[in-house]
Amino acid sequence: MYTSSDLRKGLKVSIDGDPYIITDFEFSKPGKGQALYKCRLKNMITGNAFDRTFRSGDKFEKPDLMERTMQYLYAQADEFHFMDTRSFEQIVITKEQLGDAINFLIDNMEVDVLLFNDRPIGVTLPNFVNLTVVRADPWVKGDTSGSDTKPVTVETGYVVQVPPFIEEGEKLQIDTRTGQYVTRVKE
Amino acid sequence: MGTLRGLHLRAAVIRAVRAFFEEAGYLEVDTPLRLPSLAPEPHIEPQESGDWFLQTSPELCMKRLLARGYPKIFQLCHCFRKEERGKKHLPEFAMLEWYRAECDCHDLMAETEELIRSVAKMVGMGESLFYRGQRIDLTAPWERLTVAAAFARYAPMSAEEALRQGTFDEVLVERIEPHLGQGRPTFLYEYPAALGSLARLKPGDSTVAERFELYMAGIEVANGFSELTDPAEQRRRFVADQAAIRAQGRDPGPMPEKFLDELTAMPEAAGIALGLDRLVMLIADAATIDQVVAFPPEHL
Repeated sequence: MYTSSDLRKGLKVSIDGDPYIITDFEFSKPGKGQALYKCRLKNMITGNAFDRTFRSGDKFEKPDLMERTMQYLYAQADEFHFMDTRSFEQIVITKEQLGDAINFLIDNMEVDVLLFNDRPIGVTLPNFVNLTVVRADPWVKGDTSGSDTKPVTVETGYVVQVPPFIEEGEKLQIDTRTGQYVTRVKE
Repeated sequence: MGTLRGLHLRAAVIRAVRAFFEEAGYLEVDTPLRLPSLAPEPHIEPQESGDWFLQTSPELCMKRLLARGYPKIFQLCHCFRKEERGKKHLPEFAMLEWYRAECDCHDLMAETEELIRSVAKMVGMGESLFYRGQRIDLTAPWERLTVAAAFARYAPMSAEEALRQGTFDEVLVERIEPHLGQGRPTFLYEYPAALGSLARLKPGDSTVAERFELYMAGIEVANGFSELTDPAEQRRRFVADQAAIRAQGRDPGPMPEKFLDELTAMPEAAGIALGLDRLVMLIADAATIDQVVAFPPEHL
């Protein structure tokens, strides 16, 4: 159980049975008045956000959240299959639940799956992944406009902006938090 | 942690404040921080210090000095309030408090205007401040808005209605405060009598108290009163506030009897408490109070 004085940015609380994360927080106290805790709350399942002000003495349940390390196995239509690396239990996460993560998922990748009441609601990828370029326009020799970038497609189908010298078959490091190219990886 | 600019401006503001009050004929006083009894306040939780308490405000000691015949006094001191921490709150913060006999809250609003205009000039800001990209024009007179008018203008219900529903604080914080002191400072005044605290009721209209708050850029900077000087009424309010504190499961501590005894001798007066850290925040264009103090508590 949390009370209002525990509220802060990043805290996860349960409201009306759903898990919420506090994305914005401000302590406020009008002159001679009571302490107020202004929160922006994001539903961790639906992504919906709303503002609510709490008072001192308000109480909150901790959401039943658990993180498990799982290995990505394969996709079938819009269903993505994962396996717990310790119990070998398999679960399915939908394309919708994965969101942008599908851009960076490759077979056998280990990810952290967030479960709410034993139901998967999201995955956290490694911060950096290495992906192979499957389609790139050739570099026009003599093009010296150094600041230019070009789009290439990587093995997951994701399109990323890279420097013009990147060629098909090369491996790129991509930051999964921003979706941006970091560097070329030599193997 | 405090920035170099924040700490330099803080020192300059303190020098300017002292210069202003010296020029205006005020006596600087320095009352004890550790006290055996405090004014009971339902929404302020004091910090214990042995069997006594650290002050939540120097109000009672300063009023006892008024009663003893010091008509114009000011004080720069630290106050302590548990559980108050945020972008604009510290559990230990700096207060500028001043009292003046034979004047009321309107005289004090005018003097607050003069003080802040004078401080801004002395620290090199001139006639305006720039806070978070917004210009605040300090040219007098500043906006004066009653609580009733503020609710009518910005809230979906009247102040009485919000009080009845028990949502006065929420409506004030969410709907009204963001509009106050934008472009120029605002004095919000004439609070509902129930929120009068240590203020006297308005002569001729007992539904409102002669209490005001100063806002700049949506930030509450100061709280002032025409002081209540009726010991019987003051005791009634303290008894009610002590009951409210007990209802929250807290111990209100002893009644400040010496203050109540000496209140009989206190002249008509007005007094104001101004959050010095917040004034420095506004002058230094600091996003958080942390930038204008040497060490916030997490850094100790």
